[in-house]
Amino acid sequence: MLTLSNISRSFGDRQALTDVSFTIDDGRMTGFVGGNGAGKTTTMRIILGVLAADSGTITRNANPLSSNDRRSFGYMPEERGLYPKMKIEEQLTYLARLHGFSKPAAGKNARALLEELGLGERLNDTVESLSLGNQQRAQIAAALVHQPEVLILDEPFSGLDPMAVDVVLQVLKDRAATGVPVLFSSHQLDVVERLCDDLVIISGGTVRAAGPRDQLREEHSTNRYELDHTGDAGWLREQPGVTVVEFDGGYALFDVDSDATAQAVLHRAMESNTVRSFTPKRPTLAQIFREVVAA
Amino acid sequence: MNPRIPTLAQSTWLVAEREITTRLRSKAFLISTGILFAIILASILISGFTADTTSKTAIAATPEVMSQIQGDAFDITEVATTEEATQLVLDGEVNAAVVSDTASDNPLGLKILADTEAPAEVQQALSISPPVEILTPNPNDPFLLYIISLAFGVVFLISASTFGGVISQSVVEEKQTRIVEILMSAIPVRAMLAGKVIGNSILAFLQIAVIAALSVIGLTATGQTALLDAIGLPIAWFVIFFTIGFVLLAAMFAASASMVARMEDIGSVTTPVTMLVMIPYFLVVFFNDNPVVLTIMSYVPFSAPVGMPVRLFVGGVQWWEPLVSLAILVLSTLVVIALGSRIYQGSLLRTSGRVKLAEALTAGKA
Repeated sequence: MLTLSNISRSFGDRQALTDVSFTIDDGRMTGFVGGNGAGKTTTMRIILGVLAADSGTITRNANPLSSNDRRSFGYMPEERGLYPKMKIEEQLTYLARLHGFSKPAAGKNARALLEELGLGERLNDTVESLSLGNQQRAQIAAALVHQPEVLILDEPFSGLDPMAVDVVLQVLKDRAATGVPVLFSSHQLDVVERLCDDLVIISGGTVRAAGPRDQLREEHSTNRYELDHTGDAGWLREQPGVTVVEFDGGYALFDVDSDATAQAVLHRAMESNTVRSFTPKRPTLAQIFREVVAA
Repeated sequence: MNPRIPTLAQSTWLVAEREITTRLRSKAFLISTGILFAIILASILISGFTADTTSKTAIAATPEVMSQIQGDAFDITEVATTEEATQLVLDGEVNAAVVSDTASDNPLGLKILADTEAPAEVQQALSISPPVEILTPNPNDPFLLYIISLAFGVVFLISASTFGGVISQSVVEEKQTRIVEILMSAIPVRAMLAGKVIGNSILAFLQIAVIAALSVIGLTATGQTALLDAIGLPIAWFVIFFTIGFVLLAAMFAASASMVARMEDIGSVTTPVTMLVMIPYFLVVFFNDNPVVLTIMSYVPFSAPVGMPVRLFVGGVQWWEPLVSLAILVLSTLVVIALGSRIYQGSLLRTSGRVKLAEALTAGKA
């Protein structure tokens, strides 16, 4: 578990982060969401120790994070980069050795990982000769090659085609399943929504919301429901406490004033018709994000 | 399985090793180094052969004057008559002829026959000149001193600017390709800088050592042992001074290059350092006969690698002088490395535009 407490950082006159606090739990994928300039990259750089915080602490399992702890982290920076003229296997071996692996172990890791990411045939190609999508895979391999104990990934899915997203996602989930805490940022809110267990929303350098994804959805859910049944949904307009947003034949989208009203609607619908679906309409991440950031 | 966290020295060495292997695999580097070695070896060999083949001037002489042409300075063909001698000169068989001249206005009793112009060498050999006593003898041939100074100056300039360029590019490459952030998250910034400086310094040292070895081999092979005796010690000191001096320059090149993010901008920040490399070259070429300038040069850290060896060649250097100069060089190198690593640390993450020196120093304080 990695805990950030009251991290602040300014660049000259600009306050980039103010009292940023959140937790990345072991074995969970934590999505890190925020607009451009919200402070995601700065936060990640501070976690990695590439940048120093002006104040605040980071602890790993309740112990202050040391520079040696950080060397077991895997990092994929927002600004991508590998040596363009170096062969990828050699490059990854080098990176693993910088993290303390012996030459043979580093080479073995590099080959296994590149195989896993679908680059097994390109071991001896230079990075500059790979397509952009493959360069992106190599970049992810660079973050994983030393079998990190914590993964911090800045926009790991940008520039990947849907197939590659699935490959990378599987690789990351496998790592998380072994107990590694994974923090990843993304602009693609639908992707984050699909992938993350926990969520941190940052805006203007402060954390606006943090917690398990489902809990956040719960907290931000409006009392909106969706009903699909046989028959005509016109009767909903007369139902006390119900405001219909939209309806079309047996389908209706509506707001209720309380949970009891929702239950009453369900009962009435079941009395005379067959209910195909009755769903509390959870807000999408994009909606939560807009709401939280606007607040 | 947890890997062992490498020590600072191990990380530094890994970086240095990559610098070296990358360079040794670069065709451009290998070719330019090969050309440099070839030029140096060729110039030594050529100078050796031309020294050997200075042929004697051929002259013809009649029997009456033979006794007056002493020694073996000339390749003499003895002829019976003045007519024969004249013919040989006109045919181009000999450069000149010395014949007896009984004309009353010629007190010497002999004259020189030459085809189109007066042969100074022969004239001089037959002239009587008053003895000269030189009060302050100059032990060195000024031309030789010039050549030696030029050689140290050129080798210093070429090696320092080549590797200075290499290290600058290597720093900017990491910034431009953004791999710098991955490296920074893996190893301390100090190890990154130290690895680069050490890796390139080792290569520069090897290059200089090979050049020194080629010079010694070339001089021995062409039998220029007297010259070798005179410059053996200066060459040894040159290698020592150059190696440490290069570490100093490498740190300066790395730190200044780290302030820009694109290859195109390297020139704008490394120009002051390049100047520092060129100044000793010009000074030693123009002032190699000026003991005051040479003495100052031999103590100033940037010019000591050239200045001290040239002074050692001239002679009159106390045994402790190279040691003191070396100490000054080592101390300034340490100071520059400390400052350089601060600039480097403060500039690495600024991947847009150019970092101001003051900002880099403040940002690198942490």
